Amino acid sequence: MAEILLDIKDLVVEYKSELETVHAVNGINLRLNKRETLGIVGETGAGKTTTALSILRLLPDRVGHIAGGSVEFEGRDLLTLPESEMRAIRGEKISMIFQDPMTALDPIMTVGDQIKEALELHNHDNKSAEQIDRRVDEVLEMVGIPAYRRTEYPHQFSGGMKQRVVIAIALSCEPDLLIADEPTTALDVTIQAQVLSLMRRLKNDLDTSMLLITHDLGIVAQTCDTVAVMYAGYIIESGTIDDIFTGERHHPYTVGLFGSIPNLTVRAERLTPIDGLMPDPTKLPAGCPFAPRCPECRAECERGMPPVSEMSETHRICCWKYSSAEQKGDDGK
Amino acid sequence: MSGHIVEAVNLNKFFKRGKGMLHAVENVSFTIDAGKTLGVVGESGCGKSTLGRTVIRLTEPTAGEIKFKGESITGLSKRELKARRNGMQMIFQDPFSSLNPRMSVISLIMDPMRVNHLYHSKEERYAKARELMDTVGLARRVEDSYPHELDGGRRQRIGVARALALEPEFIVCDEPVSALDVSIQAQILNLLMDLQDERGLTYMFITHDMSVVKHISDEIMVMYMGQCVERAPVDDMFENPSHPYTKALLSAIPVPSIEWKGREPQILRGEVSSPVDPKKACRFAPRCELCMERCQSEEPAEYEITPGHMVKCHLFDK
Repeated sequence: MAEILLDIKDLVVEYKSELETVHAVNGINLRLNKRETLGIVGETGAGKTTTALSILRLLPDRVGHIAGGSVEFEGRDLLTLPESEMRAIRGEKISMIFQDPMTALDPIMTVGDQIKEALELHNHDNKSAEQIDRRVDEVLEMVGIPAYRRTEYPHQFSGGMKQRVVIAIALSCEPDLLIADEPTTALDVTIQAQVLSLMRRLKNDLDTSMLLITHDLGIVAQTCDTVAVMYAGYIIESGTIDDIFTGERHHPYTVGLFGSIPNLTVRAERLTPIDGLMPDPTKLPAGCPFAPRCPECRAECERGMPPVSEMSETHRICCWKYSSAEQKGDDGK
Repeated sequence: MSGHIVEAVNLNKFFKRGKGMLHAVENVSFTIDAGKTLGVVGESGCGKSTLGRTVIRLTEPTAGEIKFKGESITGLSKRELKARRNGMQMIFQDPFSSLNPRMSVISLIMDPMRVNHLYHSKEERYAKARELMDTVGLARRVEDSYPHELDGGRRQRIGVARALALEPEFIVCDEPVSALDVSIQAQILNLLMDLQDERGLTYMFITHDMSVVKHISDEIMVMYMGQCVERAPVDDMFENPSHPYTKALLSAIPVPSIEWKGREPQILRGEVSSPVDPKKACRFAPRCELCMERCQSEEPAEYEITPGHMVKCHLFDK
């Protein structure tokens, strides 16, 4: 039985302003086992980044707030911890790689000093200055940057190199969980391939678990063990990558996502996009959030949020089409 | 009617940099047949956008010739060019910054017609603009909205409508779907392909996304550091990619299918070197696994390996 590292239950996150409330995450459940990679896929505004920020409690002050649920990490609920304990967890137990390496680094600090900063903040076993220095060199070499470049500034590095520095900082304290928010979206494909392969290798070497946020189903297929598909703040389908990428039974949105990607192996005459747009998160429809765009929409879809149907032990779909009444007579895959 | 609608011969565009000349586009030649799409792929900084702008003379070429419908446009004066420009339009990458935020949707679409003195009255332009909104799938209720009120997909539809307003025959599409989510990206790609069928448009489609370029193109050109390293009809390019860079580029794409899981892509070493005063050698040599001695001292010629399939690599010198 795999050990559970991160267990998110019924998480609800809202952004409040004077005028309106944005329902960014609406009661999601996620589970990540040790040494596994969980992918969260979805389009802009689906709530992927908000979920990641909630785990680390980094939501913007005053505006963003967690309205319910729990985030259990190694058995402790992160949402109830005092801020001082949270600071010990950030960067040491859980660290994060942000999307844009161009803005994630401090432009007026050398790359070496930025890595050193993380090590000094979490220096529990009183390492000496020389030991920390040696560790900085080690970490840089680990991500494939020659140690002599530690005295250089971020602008002297290319985009791919900067993202390696960000990865070096994130992994310097050997965290148990690495959250990577679109880590390669800003990079070219050949550089993306370098960075993804580096992340896979380090994850194995350091026994780290990973939460990978992306909009690219290709990256998910090549990197993840389990997947959650998000839409308008809900997880509408989740399972192992076999569950999501094979089989006949899927959420209509997942089907739409796959239909929208131009295929490299088969040349289709036309793509089959999803009509319409994602609903406004300040005014979500009463029923299923996908109903207005769904080609298989029926009466009950507009009435209420569908329950989660278990297709198998790992595969879950949140759609009326698969709710228990109908499943009878529908044989397996 | 077939035949070349656009022809570029040894097109060069250099930019002056403090340290020397930046070779953004170097000796690129191609032709596009009427009603067809030439896809241009490459990574950031390879000169694909500069090439797109140079082809319709939004930036002046340093050397080389561009022909539009058989007539050279490189020597034309500004006024003469303006008259021809109606036939060649551009769709820009970023629907967030390419639209004037202070103009409403309908006036944004009417603007190109006004500037070029098309139609006699404002009423006619207005009627034409509303027709265009239908063509590109913009609901009439948004005609008085401003760009910031609309999402990226709708904004890009405005960009398409603006390009169509002058009834061009040739459109340069510079990464028109890169800023959009996949489900919206598919809507815009379908729209562009439908318009091509209905109006017989010719496209030069610039993108970094191999799967998009495969979907939309008839012929593909791969660029690396300002040069065209491989050019082939679409099926040829994907069945028989020949330049080592093209192979690496194709292998680096994460495929959304689990049959490929665990396959380690062929990873390119290093990064693109500086395009400022590059030395006379193969530009790709420092990253190439099959690099030979002559690759570092001699620039490869273009070899035609099958009809219409050109490769710029010493490996094909037989």
